[in-house]
Amino acid sequence: MKKVLILGATSAMAEHAARRWAGDRCSFFLVGRKTQKLESIAEDLKVRGAETVGIHTADLAVNSAHAEVLIAAAAFFSKVPDIALIAYGVLGDQEAEQSDPELVEANLRTNFLSPAHLAGRLAEQMADAGQGTVAVISSVAGDRGRQSNYVYGSAKAGLNTYLSGLRNRMHKQNVRIVTIKPGFVDTPMTAHLKKGPLFASAEKAGSLIYKHTNRGTAVAYVPWFWCFIMLIIRHIPEPAFKRMSL
Amino acid sequence: MTLRRDIQSWGRLPETEHTVHEITDRYASLPNINGVGSCLPHGLGRSYGDSCLNDQGALLLTTRLDRFIRFNADTRELTCEAGTSLASILDHIVPYGYFLPVSPGTKFVTLGGAIANDIHGKNHHRAGTFGRHVTEFELLRSDGSRLRCSPTVNPEWFRATIGGLGLTGLITQATIVLKPIHNPHLEVEHIKFGNLAEFFELARESDASHEHTVAWVDCLARGDKLGRGIFMRGNHAPADRAGKQRPVSSGPSIPVSAPRFLLNPMTMKLFNLGFYHKQWRRQTDHLIHYEPFFYPLDCVGNWNRLYGKKGFFQYQCVVPFAEDDRAIREIFETIAASRQGSFLAVLKVFGGLPSPGLLSFPMPGVTLALDFPNRGERSLALFDKLDAITAHAGGRVYPAKDARMSPARFRRYFPKHSDLVPFVDPAFSSSFWRRVQFS
Repeated sequence: MKKVLILGATSAMAEHAARRWAGDRCSFFLVGRKTQKLESIAEDLKVRGAETVGIHTADLAVNSAHAEVLIAAAAFFSKVPDIALIAYGVLGDQEAEQSDPELVEANLRTNFLSPAHLAGRLAEQMADAGQGTVAVISSVAGDRGRQSNYVYGSAKAGLNTYLSGLRNRMHKQNVRIVTIKPGFVDTPMTAHLKKGPLFASAEKAGSLIYKHTNRGTAVAYVPWFWCFIMLIIRHIPEPAFKRMSL
Repeated sequence: MTLRRDIQSWGRLPETEHTVHEITDRYASLPNINGVGSCLPHGLGRSYGDSCLNDQGALLLTTRLDRFIRFNADTRELTCEAGTSLASILDHIVPYGYFLPVSPGTKFVTLGGAIANDIHGKNHHRAGTFGRHVTEFELLRSDGSRLRCSPTVNPEWFRATIGGLGLTGLITQATIVLKPIHNPHLEVEHIKFGNLAEFFELARESDASHEHTVAWVDCLARGDKLGRGIFMRGNHAPADRAGKQRPVSSGPSIPVSAPRFLLNPMTMKLFNLGFYHKQWRRQTDHLIHYEPFFYPLDCVGNWNRLYGKKGFFQYQCVVPFAEDDRAIREIFETIAASRQGSFLAVLKVFGGLPSPGLLSFPMPGVTLALDFPNRGERSLALFDKLDAITAHAGGRVYPAKDARMSPARFRRYFPKHSDLVPFVDPAFSSSFWRRVQFS
């Protein structure tokens, strides 16, 4: 069965996607910062049908940690993974970032430089192995910069562009690059926000990530209606957009 | 931590304000609730009244504690985190040939909630309450201690927490024993009965032959038709009688609160009449998937909105068996005379298996559950009358459904309530608990 590597495995959306793959009897290698939480998720996936589950503790925001993680994953699976889901990220505090360039750099490192680096390395390994899928959880926030979270948004915009190029380059080598763009999802990351009708549950989002990753969808809005919301937002003329408070 | 005013129980009655904390990690200690006084675990909020609420205090939301921990096929023991819903447990176990040992009328309750309310189901006469099938759980107390509880380890904490309404601490994980089944279907018979005497006769006869029994009763019928309805009894289907696979689809959802005029004595009468006469023959046999059999209302999302913005009450009582069934007869008479009853009443005979909890609701006898749209004082006056009959008969009212019983009634219904007090966590409380203890 498929070998699934999840980077940032304690993310609520990734956990729900993993539950779906567990139902297909896949094997997992889970990477995250919190060992105990990774252990709980591993137990859960085993009961749900996962063949084998390995865990590995690492801070993925640090690029120098990546090589070791990829070696550990390949050793666990005895091959390059079939599917890699890159799921970590931080929302960041836009107001604090406006006055602290170090926070901006930290945000860009976690949300752009690190996942881009990992996606690139994984795609190359998969190209050598002859097949594979790299799915990355990005965000609709990358579609246009808004005053309320443009640092996070620009990191995700950079990531989207990187993934688009990588997808183009990898297409002929049978490696699929999937850009996942969730809208509002009810996860611990958004616990402080008031939930409106546009919010999707983490379970729903996880199911859609599972579906699109298996299919190899190039760019997937999660749920689909964000495609239309962002189409409108992208097409508001800048003279009008700059006056809006979004 | 977030302040929220939109949290309601299933009856949508009280306006509340809660500080909410999401619990995502069973190893983490309890959040700091300084400043709001007390906290209460809150799962899927399917309790009808105020037993799942803690107005002006904190709620510990448990639905993200939803991981499986282990399954032992030899002992059929499944261990899960306490926020796991019975729905997701069923989704996982039914394809492997297992079922819940006891199942309530909705699958949208959490494992922790099922224990805290010591829920019962259509197989009470065979299996007793949910708590009887719990072999172990972990209780996290506000002093940071973690108690492993089972019938033999910390047995006094085990008895206090089962049916303990979430007051003894946060259940982080629990182990239940599953029941083996051959397939997801049940062989079900629907039998029409003309009055209460016929109901009791059917119940007696079915207890030995059928694992699941329940009746829906026309609560508006009076005189010699009093207590008429349809008796449903079923057994899990044998291996050679598998039905068709049920298509996976979700039903409609009620988007907004219904206008009040839809619920009037005329529409209620039509509904009850229609249900009773839907079936012409005395008996019909069916092979039914477990979902419509156990959870007929779960296919309509947010059906509680049908009762309009003012919400509704559910009254569920149990009265011990008596020669002439006088109490249950009197209760039906009182409800029919009030013209306030709404959709179908549910009637079920409880068996004699003892409930493990100090505050468990089931006792040997017959239980009746019925919804009432909230008509303010009129509704409350009716419930006081029903309480008088229930108390006189030596019965009790179900806290998970209650939003109004008086402290005096509570003490009479649950004589062991004072035994629970020493086990209540000093940092835990609920709107229900304050109402029945101190007001």
